[in-house]
Amino acid sequence: MSNEYTKPLPKVTALTKPFWDGAKARQLRIQLCRDCGDLRFPPSPVCPRCLSDNQGWRVTSGRGTLESWIEFHRAYWPGFAPELPYRVCLVRLYEGPVFVSNLVGDVEGAKLGAEVRALFNEITDEFTLPKFELVRD
Amino acid sequence: MHDLAHLKDQIAVIGVGNTRYGSFPDTDEYGLAAQAFRNAVNDCGISKNVIDGLLVCRIPYYARMGEVLGIDPRWTLTLPPHGRMSGMGLIEAALALSTGQAKYVALMYANIGRSRRVNYGGDENPSTWDPWGFTSPGAAHAMMFRRHMEKYGTTTRQLAEVSVAVRYHATLNPDAVMRNPITIEDHESARFITAPLRLLDYCLINDGAVCLILTTKDRAKDAAKRPVMISGFGGRESYTQSAISNFDMDFWYPAIKQAGEESRAMAGVSHSDIDALMCYDNFSPTVLFSLEGLGFCPQGESGRYVEGGTLQLGGALPTNTDGGHLSNSYMQGWALNVEAVRQLRGECGARQVPDCKVVQYVQSTPCTRSIIYTRG
Repeated sequence: MSNEYTKPLPKVTALTKPFWDGAKARQLRIQLCRDCGDLRFPPSPVCPRCLSDNQGWRVTSGRGTLESWIEFHRAYWPGFAPELPYRVCLVRLYEGPVFVSNLVGDVEGAKLGAEVRALFNEITDEFTLPKFELVRD
Repeated sequence: MHDLAHLKDQIAVIGVGNTRYGSFPDTDEYGLAAQAFRNAVNDCGISKNVIDGLLVCRIPYYARMGEVLGIDPRWTLTLPPHGRMSGMGLIEAALALSTGQAKYVALMYANIGRSRRVNYGGDENPSTWDPWGFTSPGAAHAMMFRRHMEKYGTTTRQLAEVSVAVRYHATLNPDAVMRNPITIEDHESARFITAPLRLLDYCLINDGAVCLILTTKDRAKDAAKRPVMISGFGGRESYTQSAISNFDMDFWYPAIKQAGEESRAMAGVSHSDIDALMCYDNFSPTVLFSLEGLGFCPQGESGRYVEGGTLQLGGALPTNTDGGHLSNSYMQGWALNVEAVRQLRGECGARQVPDCKVVQYVQSTPCTRSIIYTRG
């Protein structure tokens, strides 16, 4: 599978490794300040609110609402060309932070504030990408 | 609010120059910048050897620039190649002059992105979001404009008014890169780049260079032309959401509002005094966000405000009279400041705003700046 994957892969650092480990375990994790409770993604070397080094991770609900979405008709990486047009969304997680991802599946009814939930897309043996779909009751 | 009132009308722009705009693969940043510098020096009629301040932006090495121009300044500043440095650079140069660090500052900007085939996305600008394919400043602006559509009911036909007005101005500017007129229907049928934005919502990518020469009010009297004064300025950064580059959940509204208010208060002008607006138009939605933040209309109403040619010459607020980044030249704000000077001098020919006395420049970006220029 990994031999065929031609889109950009995550560049894992010590700071982001817990996120990608979480994704592989089908969890959407965000960074947590153990001192003041601030939540954020992407992770930061210190807490932007209280400057503490004492940072950990929280597993989110994987649920949120749509803040915006767009459709790429141009491939800035050749690996995306076969999928044009593809959709990118901005999700406000229930826990607070915003997260950029792909909006997949049927988008009929997409609107500001629409409920979305994460699904997990195994892209290589090593990496899983959290993506989002509209919640349909 | 800061108190910079004592700097009102103390610093003048005395010379402006630019290259032709287009594709110039046989030269480089230094070659382009040197042409713009020569034109600016000739424009103000001073000897280039009196220039003792050098500010360079998107030019690789300041010392090589000084070598090419044959100057050893007392003051140098290098700014990164981001499309938000012109307002910052002009203000810093004004402050350097006002504190006596330099007597004449040349501000130089060059861009050779056309010949270098710059894309502004993909591996040129790595980010956290690459695995999801989210890249490029245009996509970030598309994300903001979709929010604007959803929150306020703004339409792409209203957005088209920006591109149509700015292109109309370019048809009147012999230097502009794109001079064929366009209509709202042309905008609506252009190909998508990142929906909801289409080709005509995106700025050009072209080669060229710009130079402005600034000095103090007293020294400005010796220049060949009537000086243009820097009457007010203000600014505010928006860094706390920088994980998504070139994006702001609230369209930079608080920052633009603050920068606008500061600059108007310093200059002692109100909205009705502003004869023309030079508005950073990397993407057409930025103009709508700027109009709201500056208070030309309430937040959410810019779509209705621009309908019917408001931004065109003869309309309520002539905007980007040179054709802006969308149709004249992608000089990342620098050429818009040159246009402000030329409008106040009355040098703009077919695109001249009649009796132009006050011009506002605004860049609504993570580093928002507003500058008010008036006739000296």
